[in-house]
Amino acid sequence: MTVALSGKEIASKLQPRFPGSVVESSESSLVVKSESLLDIASFLKTAPDLDFDYLTAITAVDYYAYFEVVYQLTSIEHNHSLVVKTRCYGRDNPVLPSVVSLWRGADFQEREIYDLMGIRFDGHPNMKRIFLWAGFKGYPLRKDFSDGN
Amino acid sequence: MEVEGGSKRYIYSDVELDRAEGEQIEALKARSQEPIPDPDQWLDEEIRRGILLTTVDAVLDWARRSSLWPVTFAPACCAFELIATAASRFDISRFGMEIFRASPRQADLMITAGTLTWKMAPQVKRIYDQMAEPKWVIAMGACAISGGIFTGSYSVVPGYNRIIPVDVYIPGCPPRPEALLYGIRMLHNKIAKRSLLQEGR
Amino acid sequence: MAIKTEPFVLNVGPQHPSTHGVFRMRMTLDGEVVVDMEPVFGYLHRSIEKLAEGRTYTQNIPFTDRLDYLASMSNNLAYVLAVEKLAGVPVPERAEYLRVIMAELQRIASHLIGVGAFLNDCGAFMTPILYMMREREKILDLFEMVSGQRLTYNYMRVGGVSQDIPEEFLPALAKFVKVMPGFIDEYDQLLAENEIVLARAKGVGILPKELAINISASGPVLRGSGVKWDIRKADPYSVYDRFEFDIPTGSVGDCYDRYRVKVQEMRQSVRIIKQAMEQLPSGEVLTEVPLRMRPPEGEAYGHIEAPKGELGFYLVSDNSETPYRFHIRASCLINLTALSDMMIGWKVADAIITFGSIDICMGEVDR
Repeated sequence: MTVALSGKEIASKLQPRFPGSVVESSESSLVVKSESLLDIASFLKTAPDLDFDYLTAITAVDYYAYFEVVYQLTSIEHNHSLVVKTRCYGRDNPVLPSVVSLWRGADFQEREIYDLMGIRFDGHPNMKRIFLWAGFKGYPLRKDFSDGN
Repeated sequence: MEVEGGSKRYIYSDVELDRAEGEQIEALKARSQEPIPDPDQWLDEEIRRGILLTTVDAVLDWARRSSLWPVTFAPACCAFELIATAASRFDISRFGMEIFRASPRQADLMITAGTLTWKMAPQVKRIYDQMAEPKWVIAMGACAISGGIFTGSYSVVPGYNRIIPVDVYIPGCPPRPEALLYGIRMLHNKIAKRSLLQEGR
Repeated sequence: MAIKTEPFVLNVGPQHPSTHGVFRMRMTLDGEVVVDMEPVFGYLHRSIEKLAEGRTYTQNIPFTDRLDYLASMSNNLAYVLAVEKLAGVPVPERAEYLRVIMAELQRIASHLIGVGAFLNDCGAFMTPILYMMREREKILDLFEMVSGQRLTYNYMRVGGVSQDIPEEFLPALAKFVKVMPGFIDEYDQLLAENEIVLARAKGVGILPKELAINISASGPVLRGSGVKWDIRKADPYSVYDRFEFDIPTGSVGDCYDRYRVKVQEMRQSVRIIKQAMEQLPSGEVLTEVPLRMRPPEGEAYGHIEAPKGELGFYLVSDNSETPYRFHIRASCLINLTALSDMMIGWKVADAIITFGSIDICMGEVDR
C-alpha cells in the first residue's frame, strides 16, 4: 500500500534545511514558497530515506487570488507518496521554476499548464503551446476565460 | 503577450512553422462560421424535372458505388467502429470497400470517424481537396454531425459540414457497425441517382 | 569520394496510416536515419477538462469514456474511484468484483488492439490484427450484454455500477475464459519466436530503466524496461488485494519486451477474472447517491492501472454540483516524453515501430 506521507512530518524535516520556505502544511499536503521550490524538490529527490524519484503528476488550479500548482511525488523504492504545492500570485505573468532538470516527466505537463493556464516555467527547454495553436488568444482553463461562445 | 518559446535545436524554426499553422487555423475558423449546404439539395429538384438516367449513367453509377475506396482518416473513437466494420465480423469487403487508401488522391470516400478540432480542420480541408471528383463524405457519429458531446468547446468544430460538404449523416456515439453499413447503403442509393449531366458541380 | 548528404525534414502528418490517431511528427532525417524528431500534439484536443467543470459528477462519466476509447471501463473506474475518495462513498462488494471483472476484460481487449496494431506496423500486414479483432468482438459482446454499448460503456457509477449483470453473462464469461488462453497460445506459436518479429523488434527503441523512471513512464512501457511497478500491487484499489497474479516485466526495454509484457498481462488478466468469478458474492450493486451530488470541499487524486499506464484523476471540489477542477493524469502523454530519444539514430521504419510499441491513444494524449 502506498503510504501517503504526512505534510507536517516532511515540513518538520525541511524546516532546518530551508527555514521559512514552508508556507503551510497539513496531513495531506504541504505548500512551499515558489522561490525555494527547486531546492526543496532537489532535496526530496536525493534524500536517502525520501527518494522521490517518480513524479506522478503536475496540475494547476485557478483559485482567482492565486494559481496553485500541485506536484504529486512518489518513491518507487520505498513506496510512499507526497503532495507538494506551490502558489503564484498575479494573473498577468505568473512564473515558476521548472523541475524538468530533476524529473523529465514534467516536460509535457508543464507545457500543458502554460498552454491552458498561462503559467510560465523558467528553465524549461521548450516553453511553447502544446495543444492549442500558436496565436490562440487566452488561456482556456482560467476561470475568467471567455471565447465569445 | 504571447511570448514565443521554442527550443532552437532543430534545423528548421519550429516557432515559425507553428506560427504559420496558427494563422492558417485562425483564417479557416473565421470563414467557417456557417455550415456548407448539403450537396444533395439539388438532387430531388432535378429528378422532379424529369431528367432520366441513361444506361451509361446506370453502369457508371453501379461501378462507382460498388467499389468506393475510403481514405484512412480516423481521428477518434468512431475509428474503432470503422475498423470493426472492416474486420472479419462485419466485413466491409462485401461492398468492395476493404481497401483503405492512405493517399487521398486514390480514394473517393471520406468517412469522418471522429471529432474535428479547429487545429485539425485545415488538414481535413487539404485532404478533401486532394481527393479527385467524384467524391463523397459520410459524417459518422454525433461529433461529426454537430460536435456531439463536445459542443460548446473552444476547440471543437460543431460538425464537419462547416469545413467540407457532407452527403450522409450517421448518428450514434459511436454508431454500431450495422449503422455504418446502413449509412453506406444510403450513399449507394444516392450515387445510383447520379447522372452525367451533374458532373460539372 | 565521400558522398555529401544534407538533412531534410519529413512531416509524418496528422493523417497517416500508422500514427495510431492524429499524431504529428516532424522528423529530421539524414538519408533514412532519424536525426531528430519533434512531436506535435493537439489535433484531438477536445477540452474535456474545461467542459467537465460545467457538468455534474455523474454527467462527467461519459467524458471519461472518450479519453482512452479503447479502455472505457478502466477510465470510468479511475474517475469514480476519485469521486468516491473525494466524497467518501462506500461501494458494495458485488459491485467491486464486477468492476474488477470489467476492468480486466477491458485490459485484454485493449492489449489485443495494442499488440495487433504493433504487429501491423511490424509488417505482418493484417493477419494478427484481424485475428485479435475476432477475440475482441467476443469481449465486446460480453460488454454489450452488460451495458448495451460496444465502445463507450458509461457503466460505472459513483458508488458502484449502473446495473447488475444479466443471467447469460456468467456462462458466456466462463466460456470465454476457457478458450482465451488457447487463443493466446495460438498467437504465441505464430509470433513469439518469429524471426521477422525478432529481427524487427529486438533491440529497437530501447528505453533504459533510469530514464523510464525519470520520465514518469507507467504501464507496459515502465514494466518493459524492468521496473516492477504496478498500481494493482503497489497501491491496491478496489479488491485487487484478494487476487493472486504476477507482474510480468521485461529486461532491456526494447519493443520486443513491451510486446511480451502485454501478451503476458493478458494471461494474468484471465487468471484474475477466473478468481473473481469464483469469489463473486451476491448483493446490491449500487450505493444510492444523490443525482446531483455535492461532495464536501477538498481534493482527491484517484489512480488505477489502466491498460496503457497509470491513469489518475485529480478532482477539486468546492461543495457545488460541478467539479472545481477536473484534471486527468494522462499516461499516454507522459509515456511519450522520451519518444525522440528512443527514435534518434534509428531508421524511419524502426521509428514507426517504436511509436507503435508505446501503444498510445490520442484521446488520452490530447484530452
